[in-house]
Amino acid sequence: MENPRHWRLKKQRYALIGEECPYCKAHLFPPRDICPECGEEARTPYAFSGRGEIYSFTVMHDAPAGFEDTTPYTVALVKLQEGPMVTAQLTDLGDQPVQIGMPVEMVTRKIRTDDASAGIIVYGYKFRPVLAGAR
Amino acid sequence: MSDVVIAGIGQTPVGEHWELSLRTLAVRAIQAARQDAGGLRPQAMYVGNFLASMISHQANLGALLAEWSGLEGIEAYTLESAGASGGSAFRQGYLAVASGLVDVALVVGVEKYNDAIGPQLEAALAQTGDYDYEMVQGMTPVTQAAILMQRYMYEHNVPRPAFGEIPLLAHANGVNNPYALFQKAIRREVYDGSEFYSDPLNMFDMAPYADGAAAVLLTRQALLPAHHPYPVVRVSGSSSVIDRLALHDRPDPLAFEAAGRSIQQACRQAGILPTDVDFFELCDTFSIFAYLSLEAAGYAPPGEAWKMAADGRLALKGDLPILTMGGLKARGNPIGATGVYQVVEAVLQLRGLAGKNQIPNARRGLVQCLGGPASTAVSHVLQRI
Ligand SMILES: [Zn+2]
Repeated sequence: MENPRHWRLKKQRYALIGEECPYCKAHLFPPRDICPECGEEARTPYAFSGRGEIYSFTVMHDAPAGFEDTTPYTVALVKLQEGPMVTAQLTDLGDQPVQIGMPVEMVTRKIRTDDASAGIIVYGYKFRPVLAGAR
Repeated sequence: MSDVVIAGIGQTPVGEHWELSLRTLAVRAIQAARQDAGGLRPQAMYVGNFLASMISHQANLGALLAEWSGLEGIEAYTLESAGASGGSAFRQGYLAVASGLVDVALVVGVEKYNDAIGPQLEAALAQTGDYDYEMVQGMTPVTQAAILMQRYMYEHNVPRPAFGEIPLLAHANGVNNPYALFQKAIRREVYDGSEFYSDPLNMFDMAPYADGAAAVLLTRQALLPAHHPYPVVRVSGSSSVIDRLALHDRPDPLAFEAAGRSIQQACRQAGILPTDVDFFELCDTFSIFAYLSLEAAGYAPPGEAWKMAADGRLALKGDLPILTMGGLKARGNPIGATGVYQVVEAVLQLRGLAGKNQIPNARRGLVQCLGGPASTAVSHVLQRI
């Protein structure tokens, strides 16, 4: 059972809550309490806007356990407006080809089925294209 | 600090060994290395392994393998750093002998991959990344490599076929390695016609995971048996460096910073420059890793390592031969054993026993083993005395 493992990450997964370093003002995601930029303690919560752009991406055809139902899927590194990068799947792509530099925004979706027997479904952030003119 | 030399080497063929267990593979490699070392008895054994606790339901390989190879009562435990586990075990053996506290250290890398199938294996392999923030999103080692490749092509305008140079070279060199998984060259058309596995990465851009074990005995030169029948190979530089685990946490994911730093440190200890080596056993877990490693080591500017390959400089007759016995792509990638296989192959080159793939008068080799996308990088300089 991995319920607690997913439950304790719910702020990050549902709302993209990271941290701001009070010393060097770096924005951190995921939150890690020690600022990787200056080494000081960083515990001030910071809510990211969820806006960013594609740094790079790929389409995965051979899924690991928990993702068999959603294969193929597109996974990307998204560079958030506030600085950090996150790993996330892309969604709501329609016929739109994915490109590096493409603007995207966060949405909350089902991201995987955790333990097939227990049927735990993990929800969290994915990113979808921002329509031209919508920013 | 004591001088550290290689007393013996051993390896099993890399393959799909349905008939052989984890312990059988390891014991065979250990026996071969001990015979090669004239029967030296180790006081410590360091095991490189990644998957046993998940795939074989077996932990504490130190106790298991020491017992099954007739070495009861010694010190023995596992070093795990994903694909760099074998390199980490070798470094541990080096540190033990260099410290003067251990006279003879046995290093064994072993991986039993083919004891599970499909999604279970993919999930086990995905442990190399950050589970909470990468793997839970469906990231795997393959997607990491594909994402790096996509970005590399974008930043440097690299033509897609340029990545084929690495598997073509690896397969050409694997032909003469009797321990290799694939001993058959591949043609350019086959590479170019291959389907994408994780776009833009195709199945030839990915070294095949396989079963295998390799072992090395380390000691001080004074303790070598009087009749040691080979030129003596010394470990003259050793370094292990980590990067941020998740790709998304790195300022420049294409920089492979740990890979670069560990080579600088190992070469500085050996008193050489990276350009002073006769060959470089790098980690072609994925084609893109080979280019990023060459660039991190300073052999080529960012975005240009593929030109070294296209110009023939990385072939056996080039100025910096790589993957001289087939690399991970053709020899196969027995994950936690790979770093030890690399050392065994480098020692064959330095002893002048590499057969048709022998680099004339090879005196100095650089060996680098990577865990994940250079999340861990372990580098060694080996030198014929
Ligand atoms: Zn800071």
